[in-house]
Amino acid sequence: MTEPAGAVRPPTSIAAGASRRRLGWQPATVADVRWENPQCKSIFLSVAGWPGHRPGQHLDLRLTAEDGYQAQRSYSIASAPGDELLMITVDCLPDGEVSPYLVDQVRPGDQLELRGPIGGYFVWDESRSDPVTLIAGGSGIAPFRSFLRHHEVVGSTTPIRLLYSTQSSASMIFRDELQAQASRELIDIDITLTREQPADWTGYRRRIDAELLGMIVWPAEEHPVDYVCGPTGFVEKASDILVALGHEPGRVLTERFGGTREG
Amino acid sequence: MVLSRGFRGRSTRPDPGRVPPGQYLTTDFPVLSAGPTPRVDRDQWTFSVRGEVDEPITWTWQQFRDLPSETFTVDIHCVTKWSKLDTTWTGVSLDTLLDEVETAAEYALAFSDGGYTTNLPLDDLLDGQAWLVHEYEHEPLHPEHGGPIRLLVPHLYFWKSAKWVRGIELHANDEPGFWETYGYHNYGDPWKEQRYNGD
Ligand SMILES: Cc1cc2nc3c(=O)[nH]c(=O)nc-3n(C[C@H](O)[C@H](O)[C@H](O)COP(=O)(O)OP(=O)(O)OC[C@H]3O[C@@H](n4cnc5c(N)ncnc54)[C@H](O)[C@@H]3O)c2cc1C
Repeated sequence: MTEPAGAVRPPTSIAAGASRRRLGWQPATVADVRWENPQCKSIFLSVAGWPGHRPGQHLDLRLTAEDGYQAQRSYSIASAPGDELLMITVDCLPDGEVSPYLVDQVRPGDQLELRGPIGGYFVWDESRSDPVTLIAGGSGIAPFRSFLRHHEVVGSTTPIRLLYSTQSSASMIFRDELQAQASRELIDIDITLTREQPADWTGYRRRIDAELLGMIVWPAEEHPVDYVCGPTGFVEKASDILVALGHEPGRVLTERFGGTREG
Repeated sequence: MVLSRGFRGRSTRPDPGRVPPGQYLTTDFPVLSAGPTPRVDRDQWTFSVRGEVDEPITWTWQQFRDLPSETFTVDIHCVTKWSKLDTTWTGVSLDTLLDEVETAAEYALAFSDGGYTTNLPLDDLLDGQAWLVHEYEHEPLHPEHGGPIRLLVPHLYFWKSAKWVRGIELHANDEPGFWETYGYHNYGDPWKEQRYNGD
């Protein structure tokens, strides 16, 4: 979020309205947790008076130790605007300060502090009909769960192509949900496993490159809006390739999660 | 305040005298931008000061590189909560550039390749507080980090240090830039944790 490029779009009235509201910290109660894979957990939160969000927005979480020390991190909102509980999906970085706590320690009944929703840029506007490309590396799939669920709920006619890059079938997140989404007519989902593939794997078996993206994403002539999300190195590579494929830089929206690990 | 059961944080805590609240230290150099990285040809590059000025001024790459530059070491703080200590940069002080400009404006809007903008009070760009930098750790600034030239305003959150900067527009009235329109704080003082509107 430091310093973006990309064409400046005037914010919609929703984003502008949201930006005038003061974003205070509020308590959230952990309603449920769900393992997505051995190192990744979704946390379902119940928040009194949540003002609603748009697919692609994130929130800030704040943890407080007994001695008063606080740590804050950002997490994409993985639930759709209409879902009853707010959900985030956290990938545990073994040497991390916050993510191992969220994945290993947090349990139903706990309280967390959060504020949001944040960000009016990396969001999908359902009133636009341009085809959408979603490119996710690792936990970068989290906001796209919100996109897909919302797309279904509002009965959008926008076609979506999603490419999800992750290391192995063991590191996949939302496997069953993605499979269910892929059976819908307007949704195409491709998965590439970059490190290990099961013997019967029929998806792609490589890191993203120009050839792979060229086969999968909407061609530039269709004027797609592209969303790229994941670790920094992954996002940097994918967005460079999209521009090289002729996609308009101002229509390639990125969310960089930090770190350099590839999806 | 809600206590987080069992949360201790790292055993080595950042020095609160040097690291603003809510920040953690990193030794990498994270890259955060809202779109693809622009690649700029130095031959085509210019830097302009325009808006509320008697005469807009434009520097070509060569004219800019002929200005005196300085090398300095500062700490930087990103709104996404990382801070990085003792980063060394080389560039031209905004005092040098704005020395040639006659203006009554109080606000500046930095603009960049790709359409990014960010606003700052003009006073925050003067008196040795801001630079246009072309080297990071004695190497030409990498495009991912805003090369060939980025603005560097270390006393504010790093989104104010516009990457790929191409000029400054001077205004009598303040006008929010890109992230400021999307709910980020208008000023962005890391020591006051001015992350979002209303902080
Ligand atoms: C807008 C935004 C949305 C985000 N959404 C999500 C999300 O939905 N799910 C999620 O799991 N994370 C998300 N992140 C990343 C998250 O904020 C934290 O950075 C992450 O959980 C690591 O925090 P930590 O305290 O465990 O590690 P830290 O103690 O901060 O860092 C430990 C080490 O991991 C490296 N690192 C930090 N982040 C990453 C990363 N993403 N990948 C690889 N290495 C990294 C650091 O460079 C460091 O070396 C998001 C970040 C941003 C800015």
